[in-house]
Amino acid sequence: MSDSPKTLYEKVYADHVVADAGYDRDVLYVDLHLVHEVTSPQAFSVLAERGLKVRRPDRTVATMDHSIPTKRTDGKLQVLDSAAQAQLQALSESCAKHGIPLHAMGDEAQGVVHVIGPELGLTQPGMTIVCGDSHTSTHGAFGALAFGIGTSQVGHVLATQTLLESRAKTFSVTFEGKAPEGVSAKDLVLAFIAKVGANGGQGCVLEFRGEAIRALSMEGRMTLCNMSIEAGARAGMVAPDETTFAYLEGRAHAPKGDDWGKALERWKALATDEGATFDREVTIDASALSPRVTWGTNPGMGVGIDEPLPSPADARDDAEKRARERALEYMKLEAGKPLLGTDVDVVFIGSCTNARIEDLREAARIFGKHKVADGTRVLVVPGSRQVKHAAEAEGLHDIFTAAGAEWRDPGCSMCIAMNGDKIEPGQLAVSTSNRNFEGRQGPGGRTILASPLTAAAAAVRGKVADPRELL
Amino acid sequence: MPSTFQFRSQVAVLMRDSIDTDQIIPARFLTTTTKAGLGKLVFNDWRYESDGTPKGDFVLNQADPETTRVLLAGEDFGCGSSREHAPWALADWGLRAIIARSFADIFRNNALKNGLLPIALPAEAHATLAKDLERDPEGEVIISLQNQEVTLPDGSKIGFDVDPFAKHLLLNGHDELDFLRTFTEATEAYEGSLGSR
Ligand code: SF4
Repeated sequence: MSDSPKTLYEKVYADHVVADAGYDRDVLYVDLHLVHEVTSPQAFSVLAERGLKVRRPDRTVATMDHSIPTKRTDGKLQVLDSAAQAQLQALSESCAKHGIPLHAMGDEAQGVVHVIGPELGLTQPGMTIVCGDSHTSTHGAFGALAFGIGTSQVGHVLATQTLLESRAKTFSVTFEGKAPEGVSAKDLVLAFIAKVGANGGQGCVLEFRGEAIRALSMEGRMTLCNMSIEAGARAGMVAPDETTFAYLEGRAHAPKGDDWGKALERWKALATDEGATFDREVTIDASALSPRVTWGTNPGMGVGIDEPLPSPADARDDAEKRARERALEYMKLEAGKPLLGTDVDVVFIGSCTNARIEDLREAARIFGKHKVADGTRVLVVPGSRQVKHAAEAEGLHDIFTAAGAEWRDPGCSMCIAMNGDKIEPGQLAVSTSNRNFEGRQGPGGRTILASPLTAAAAAVRGKVADPRELL
Repeated sequence: MPSTFQFRSQVAVLMRDSIDTDQIIPARFLTTTTKAGLGKLVFNDWRYESDGTPKGDFVLNQADPETTRVLLAGEDFGCGSSREHAPWALADWGLRAIIARSFADIFRNNALKNGLLPIALPAEAHATLAKDLERDPEGEVIISLQNQEVTLPDGSKIGFDVDPFAKHLLLNGHDELDFLRTFTEATEAYEGSLGSR
């Protein structure tokens, strides 16, 4: 068994098994536990009730992101909602009590949890990383096994630094060929989810492979792995390579000196072995893709930007027919016609999916040449304070504001609409975030998911528009 | 506390696929620091008008939590966000089992940790139950975790799969954190083997 060829996932998993727990479960060691304000308070309460300590505060890092304001009042970031304030306070107190490093609002390293882990060099190849947040899959871009957990499990990891896990199935997702100009990592992953469906990856850990994946930057790979959960997968991974190592070298928490050399050796051995087999495989031709948009109320309901929306009449079965009818009704869209030209009220460029520096550069390619359309509200929300500084150093913020967009402070913002940043009932938004569920961006709001380029194109046209015509 | 986890119940029918956790409990209610009281917010945006008036035609506004402990839904129940607030809210309303065609992974795990049993039924049995309930909306099912069996209103029995570990914990009233803490020595040994990593 030990010599048989293994996949990246199998290697990382096997490396972290502390004990066989019986019942088809392993006690799995957690290298890095990320914590945010929303899914942790009840876990800290369990520790308090049982008089337990955090086992490894040095392997735990907390940030504030979900409920914090991204807009300044009188030049300051002020939490106006008292429940949110109490929750943030609870996180500060728990972190102080247990000695957990916290990047609070205003801190130079603060940001959306899945943006700061990588940018601080905390996220490293071969690690196990968990967080009470489904988009923890993002960190898989580095060849880490990273997945979201519930609050009970947040408590388990705080107290024991381990989890009970069962092995997942493996699923190879290969993107052959080169993605054409105007087609980004977001378009690749939206195409994949549309192909397998919003639950097509259930029970599986995905490994993204192939020429188009190798060509992606780390930012692109993070976008890709981020959305693994939107295919219902447990996690997504990309084998580390020179792109990964170049990104990590010199980051605050990355190994230094001799340790760097040793780490590289370990990391290079992680890639899936020649001849290893997967439980499932799909191959997608990246060169044939166009920019993608979603039209429905789950991320699997998507099409190429110039394709007509699918008709309920052509559904495979009754359930899909009903789902399409319901989604079209909620979205107030018509089957048989493309989304191109549909009026857009709000554009949101942000979230752990697409608010890294490269995403902002992409959007700026369009905002540099065109102004925001009259009547369209545009928010650009950087993923972290570091991203904000980097963008400002390059002058991107001037490009956004000169074009007529709002430039905000970092946070989850309109991705989840917990902090007051939201769309109004009935409004249609084009968003670079990851979920188009009913009301996700505000009760009654309608969401089209797209890449930063496609979102910027919608912003300047005031309608769903093909970014390739604006570059 | 050990429990037989066997009960009789009417069934609330919410026959939709891909009911995501944002619908079960919208994000704006997640600023709470406790688990209590989420039942009145479960399915908030489907259940109430924007001014807070209950929508008369929504199933959980018609059902009585005293007699209805089971919800019947379609495929991929609980997809989306990992928020454990979703099973907290469903359980706080009074539910003890969800019957669906399939469940999202994180939701299934979260539910089992909160005494909410996710029961995935094969297409045919699922359709039979839906039809039975269409005929008689007050029809009752009997759920037995011990026997891993649902008794339909017409008396027929259907088996279901349940994770053996979760079953063991639920029936014996054991707690997963206590169980994990019995591995402390192994964890220390593992940490010792990590070296400079
Ligand atoms: S940006 Fe959105 S998806 Fe990402 S962590 Fe925040 S709320 Fe979750």
